[in-house]
Amino acid sequence: MEKKEDQQLQQEEEQVVNPWEVSAKDGGKIDYDKLIDKFGCQRLDQSFVDRVQRLTSRPPHVFLRRGVFFAHRDLNEILDAYERGDKFYLYTGRGPSSEALHLGHLIPFMFTKYLQDAFKVPLVIQLTDDEKCMWKNLSVEESQRLARENAKDIIACGFDISKTFIFSDFDYVGGAFYKNMVKVAKCVTYNKVVGIFGFTGEDHIGKVSFPPVQAVPSFPSSFPHLFSSKDDLRCLIPCAIDQDPYFRMTRDVAPRIGYHKPALIESLFFPALQGETGKMSASDPNSAIYVTDSAKDIKFKVNKHAFTGGQESIEKHRQYGANLEVVDIPIKYLNFFLEDDAELEHIKKEYGAGRMLTGEVKKRLIEVLTELVERHRRARAAVTDEMVDAFMAVRPLPNMFD
Amino acid sequence: MGSSKDQLLVRLKELQIDFSQYEHPVVLTVEAQAKYVGNKGGALSKNLFLKDKKHRYYIVSALADTKVDLKVLSQRLGLGKGGLRMAPEQALGEILQVPLGCVTPFALVNESARHVSLLLDQGIKTQERCFFHPLSNDISISLDAHGLDKFLKSTGRDPSYVDLEANPPVGKDQPPDLAAFIPSGSTVLPDLPDEAPASQDSTGNHVSAGTKSAAVIAVKPSGNVQNVKEKPVNGARPSIPSANAGKFVEELLDKTSTLLLSEISEDSIKQHGGQLGTEVVNNIQKCLREDLKNLATIFKNTAYTEGFYAGIHYQPKRL
Repeated sequence: MEKKEDQQLQQEEEQVVNPWEVSAKDGGKIDYDKLIDKFGCQRLDQSFVDRVQRLTSRPPHVFLRRGVFFAHRDLNEILDAYERGDKFYLYTGRGPSSEALHLGHLIPFMFTKYLQDAFKVPLVIQLTDDEKCMWKNLSVEESQRLARENAKDIIACGFDISKTFIFSDFDYVGGAFYKNMVKVAKCVTYNKVVGIFGFTGEDHIGKVSFPPVQAVPSFPSSFPHLFSSKDDLRCLIPCAIDQDPYFRMTRDVAPRIGYHKPALIESLFFPALQGETGKMSASDPNSAIYVTDSAKDIKFKVNKHAFTGGQESIEKHRQYGANLEVVDIPIKYLNFFLEDDAELEHIKKEYGAGRMLTGEVKKRLIEVLTELVERHRRARAAVTDEMVDAFMAVRPLPNMFD
Repeated sequence: MGSSKDQLLVRLKELQIDFSQYEHPVVLTVEAQAKYVGNKGGALSKNLFLKDKKHRYYIVSALADTKVDLKVLSQRLGLGKGGLRMAPEQALGEILQVPLGCVTPFALVNESARHVSLLLDQGIKTQERCFFHPLSNDISISLDAHGLDKFLKSTGRDPSYVDLEANPPVGKDQPPDLAAFIPSGSTVLPDLPDEAPASQDSTGNHVSAGTKSAAVIAVKPSGNVQNVKEKPVNGARPSIPSANAGKFVEELLDKTSTLLLSEISEDSIKQHGGQLGTEVVNNIQKCLREDLKNLATIFKNTAYTEGFYAGIHYQPKRL
């Protein structure tokens, strides 16, 4: 990151990153190094990527190669155990606050699908309808409805039904799950939770007592129908880095109640079309590419709204090349979604040298995004209500490690 | 012993119902009646005496011009499409105690007609006066709707008028709008099972759902399956791919063929010669692997879901 960012660090204003708000300091980018420092997680370096490749005998996912998933906690322990023959399970989730899902929402799910396939492990997906009911003031019915709708888009990412359990909090909380919630809650003082999440005296008690709900899926005993004989099973949580506070709390509590600490693998934020000052917002349709966007919409949004580092005129561009110091959105997005490493390198080189124009880069991006959204839409069309019921049914998964 | 026409007329006067009466030769049809009283300042009525499959009876009393479609009425009553027929002649005498050609709302004064349901055409309300037979078809009396209502109330009935020409849709979400007119408490003889499923216990429900059609219609199970909320669906849902092995294979072959064709061209033949085969295979594997896996996962998930659905609706063997 640039030197001037360091000077800014001394100012009062800090970037804000927590599960409910993400914003950089004025006009700047998110400082991920500072974030890693502040949160206390580790950088995911190339050696990890290589190790994953070795263990799974397949090329690592594009998000790993490009540093989209860039931070972790205890990933080495998971990999060590895996090498010894001790499997793990995956846990990820979604807060169903809106029907419209954008590409940023899909990122953790795309990566989790890869992890499920590569490591051949089961997955639980939590839909925090209760959280959205409380934070976004939705009715119970509406949040449950959104949870089911979002589940369809999640399923469309290609999860294997014989190894995946999707649940919504309103449906599933109770029994063994609730017992673990109480165990966790007993270990976290009110002051601590205020410190981690920034609650105030004005916040209602629902919010204050929510964190255990997101913590306990990290413990296999929360799912007796899945893991009844495997109390020792470890958990790996792929998520965006703003979810880290929940799991810092969970990792703090876990040993005190006799459970393994969950491991984490964390991603960057997917920048809005207008530039990297924060993450995409579901309330601004032009800040994001939605999974329901048509090819025309995508073309329009990229051409009109994507913030680029291209120069003002073609002549200047050919002379100086693109300014890749700022966040050039087309390049950034291609970084996420263009599979071919060689092609990406080529584009960066040519664009930076001025030989390739902004328009051409945008055109390539539009192709890539359109194909992605098309594929998603086709998969989504195959998801029925019955399929959602099946994914969400409390049922055994006998082949979950195959 | 039913009321005679004289008794009826006395009664009408006692109720202070204003009416005009006209005597004429016996008439059996509306056309015949029209000859005698057609120009007397009142609208003519046609009156049908109907019966359903469960031996319940109905009088439909309408303006002569109103179109009455028995099939539509039958549906609106909830009797299915062919549930209403003209009642047999005997019933006229036994229940309404009137002669042939003399069906009239006034017959409801008789005790024997206690359970007969009356459907009145709202068109009657639009006329100043309307003609009916007062239990004998050698007289016609005309009165207004208000008078008719007074009479009906005196028999303990609550008159209600219906748009007989309306044809509202009747389906799962639109219950029959005239269902309230089905007589209750009438003597029902055991009858052939009709289309409307009688309310059985939950297993009965599942059986009828199962035999209705292949796994496509989802009926709300009556609470014995947890976690599964099913939406009632009418008929085939167009965008659902069932786990169709043939279609799946076609999709795979399509994708592979497209890629194959694009890989083999004059240039690539020149470039690779005899090695073209290996080269193409490598490319196909690299490009198609993920795509085909995704298709296979969708296929697997669909097949699993079909099995899951079958499992939760499975009938355990009877011991």
